[in-house]
Order: sequence, then C-alpha cells, then structure tokens
Amino acid sequence: MTFLDDFFWRAVIAGVGVAVVAGPLGCFVVWRRMSYLGDTMAHSALLGVALGLFLKVDLMIGVFAVVLAVALVLFFFQRQKLLTNDAVLGTLSHASLAMGVLIISLMAWVRIDLMGYLFGDILAVSLNDLYWIYGGGILILLTLLMLWRPLLAITFDGELAQAEGVPVLGVQLLFMLLVAAVIALSMKIIGILLVTSLLIIPVSAARRFSNTPEQMAIGGALIGISSVLLGLWASLHVDTPSGPSIVIAAVLFFFAAHILPFRQFKY
Amino acid sequence: MLTSVETTVDDLGFEITSGTLIQSQNISLHIGGKELLSGISLNISKAEIVTVIGPNGAGKTTLLRLLLGLIPASSGSIYRKPKLRIGYLPQRAVFNPVLPLSVSRIMNLTGNYSKLQIETSLEETGVQALKDKPVSQLSGGEYQRVMLARALLRNPELLVLDEPVQGVDYMGESELYNLIGDLRKSHGCGVLMVSHNLHVVMASTDRVLCLNQHICCEGQPEDVTQHPEYLRLFGLDSGSALAIYSHQHDHKHHISGELT
Repeated sequence: MTFLDDFFWRAVIAGVGVAVVAGPLGCFVVWRRMSYLGDTMAHSALLGVALGLFLKVDLMIGVFAVVLAVALVLFFFQRQKLLTNDAVLGTLSHASLAMGVLIISLMAWVRIDLMGYLFGDILAVSLNDLYWIYGGGILILLTLLMLWRPLLAITFDGELAQAEGVPVLGVQLLFMLLVAAVIALSMKIIGILLVTSLLIIPVSAARRFSNTPEQMAIGGALIGISSVLLGLWASLHVDTPSGPSIVIAAVLFFFAAHILPFRQFKY
Repeated sequence: MLTSVETTVDDLGFEITSGTLIQSQNISLHIGGKELLSGISLNISKAEIVTVIGPNGAGKTTLLRLLLGLIPASSGSIYRKPKLRIGYLPQRAVFNPVLPLSVSRIMNLTGNYSKLQIETSLEETGVQALKDKPVSQLSGGEYQRVMLARALLRNPELLVLDEPVQGVDYMGESELYNLIGDLRKSHGCGVLMVSHNLHVVMASTDRVLCLNQHICCEGQPEDVTQHPEYLRLFGLDSGSALAIYSHQHDHKHHISGELT
C-alpha cells in the first residue's frame, strides 16, 4: 500500500508530470502561433479514443496514432494555396470531433464516460497511466532538449535557418510528434476539449516575467504545476471536473501575471 | 576581364574562373505548369556587387532561393565554389513578440560565436549599443543592421541580401548601401542583392541584372538604364538623371506593394 493507491495522489502526480512537459513544449506552440493547430490535433483525440476502444489497444496509443495522423495531414495541407490554414483547421477540428462522438455512440457495446474524456476525470488516472506519463514525458523532454536550438532558429526565421543548414522539415515533423504525444499523455487528466490550454496559458502567463526563451519555458512549467495543484485541490474539495478546474486556476495565474503591477521587466 | 585569371571548364560545362563564387547555367523553375524563371545564366565573382532589380512577381527572391539551394531548379545547373561561406539576409520575416529573444541571442542561433566576435560584428554595422535589446523593439533599420552583422559572423565569401533596405527610412537607405559597399571592401566578399531602387543602388553596385522571369538585360548600372528592355519594364523615356529620379517616385507605391 502506498499513496499511489489513492486516486487523488495519482491525479496530482500525473498532472505535475504533464505540466512539466507542457511548459517547454507549449512555448513553441505559442511562439510558432500553433495554438489553433494544437486544438485541432486535440479534438481529433476523441477519434483516437474510439479507435482504441474498437481495436482494444491502450487508449493512449490510439489517441497518439490518430492525433499524429491528423497533424501530418495538416502539415502537408499547409503547402497548398487554395484554402487558408484557418479554414482547413476549422474543418478538420470539427470533423474529427464529430466523427469521434459518432463512432463511440455507434459502438453500443462500450459504455464510456464521454464527459470524462472531454473534460478530464480525476478518478480516471491509473497506475499504468503514470508509467506512460513519466516514461513518455522524459522521452519528450529529452527530444525537445535536443531540438531546442534548431527549433528556436526555425521559429525566428525558417528561411534563414534552412539556409544555415538546419534540417527544417525533419525538426518540424519531430516537433509535431512531440505535441501529439503530450496531447495523448494529458488527455485523461485535462480532457480533450481543454488539453491545449495547458500548453498555452501557463507559458503566456510566464511571458510577463521572461527575458529569455528558457526562462519562459521554466516559468511556464512552474505555473503549470501550480495550476494543476490548485485545480485538483478544488476538484477534490468542491467536486468539480478536473480539467476545467485546472484551466481556471491557470487563467487566474494568467490574469494575475498580466494585470497585477509587478516590477516592470525589461521586455 | 583580367587576362591573368585562370579559367577551367569542368565536366558540367561550367567555365569557372578562379574568382567565381556562384555560377548558374540556363536554370529554369516551373511550379504547377507555371514558368517562374527561365534560362537564367549568371556568374558572381569575388568582391563583386551584383544587384537584381525587377518588377513585382519577377522572381527575384525565387532566384536567390535557387542560387542558395533552398529549392531545386527544374532544369539547368548551378555551380557553387566548394565550401562557399554564404551570409544570407532574407526578406524580413514577421517577428512574433511573444518570443523573448535579445539581439546577442539571435547572433548565436545556429552558430557558436564568442562574445567578442558578436560585439565586433555588431560594431562593424554600427549597432553595438543594441546588443542587449529585445529583437521585437528594433526599428526597421536597426533590424537590418543587426541581421547584417549576424551574416558577417559567418565570415562570408558571399553576402546574399534580399531587400536589405526593407523597412528602412529614406535617409537610412543610402547609408545602408554605403555600409554594404564598405563591407565588401573590408571583407572582400561578393554581394548579391535584390532591390527595387536602382537610383540609390547605382552608386554602390558593379553590375545590375534586370529580371522579369528571364534576364531582360544586364550590365553596368549606367548601361542598363539606357537599355530598351529596362525602359520598357520600368516605363522610362530616357536615361537622364532626372528621369531616374522620376522613376523612383513613380514606383513608390509599386515598391510598398511588394513588401506585403
């Protein structure tokens, strides 16, 4: 018997793990103006849940596969000029969400808590999920550490980075893979509809106090952890769904950072 | 051409003189059945300033990207001097202010340069005072000078500058062209740049290529401005200094059109 048998502590440990990964990765989502892309990828996660249930594989694997597939479709769609990115994202985002709900409702033999998947469920985190989150999380962070400089160069100016020998396409594809992975890992605790908020809100709050990319990444992780702790505490005591509680906590930090008259930083 | 220069013909048929940095032979680019560039042959030598001018959509940036090897040509071939060190200044990208980067940080994004190297380079382009400033707070002229300093860090044999005076005010333009001319002298590097503004460029360029999908005419600036193809493209009636001035005003609107 350990404290890992307690569902609340499992949720806390899972949430902290996810927040630590979401900080550095979320920075690039914000810097590269990919928040809507992240949202579209996350919405397709429900399709992954349906697929996982259908094929009886671990849902995280189903989600990861589908989210990655959608990301790749989007990535190559960006190269055509007929439709704007925005329209393509809007179409795919809702199509995949609708398809996910439809398929799940057609599989009459499975009973799942749809609300839990959409908005997160504090009771849903299993010991197995913790292994996934920490194993996957460490892998994601290590890969991101390797990609950090080339990604910064591409984000600053893709054309210049390419001319200076950065393998732009490979780095971008690998980055998409990391975002897909972090969505799959954080789905249970934050919920499909809210998953990208953990990528975006904490780092946006941290921007106020950051003079370097690294400060923003670490600040984002710290604010993310605080949001998870505050949100889950509220979830436990006020009995609210875990995802929205964490998001609201993050939003509180966001407003506190940008509205309160802290000492003015250089930027 | 100096007669003492060695000339060799390689197996692809390039006539390479010892000072050649980049040479293209009859390169063309088609995308989706559309011909963007056709039959471009050019040569850029050591310590030479070549300026590409041309109307909107003439393929100026595309030509630079082909020569840099960022996109493959549909046909034709390109020779680059082995291990050619290129300093590239692309058209100004839209900078996202959410990214907290200081000037000295962007100098080191793809290389490892010492503090001293970075400061020396910034000093050369006259912006050493900006080294700790966030990139998002730079003016147009400051930004281009910082990026120029960044390109110099690579100790380039060839500087490739796409619209180097983009976002620079009128007074700053000729100062920047003068600086580019000085850098050519002090570093002995070749310069290939794209510009709209022949009048200001004239003083500091050796050769002008007038581009409109193909090379319409090329030569020294005074000659090009007299060339019938140039006059047809830019709608000039004579090559007098006055006419060059009026050309410049005629096309002010035209220029800002391309910047968007």
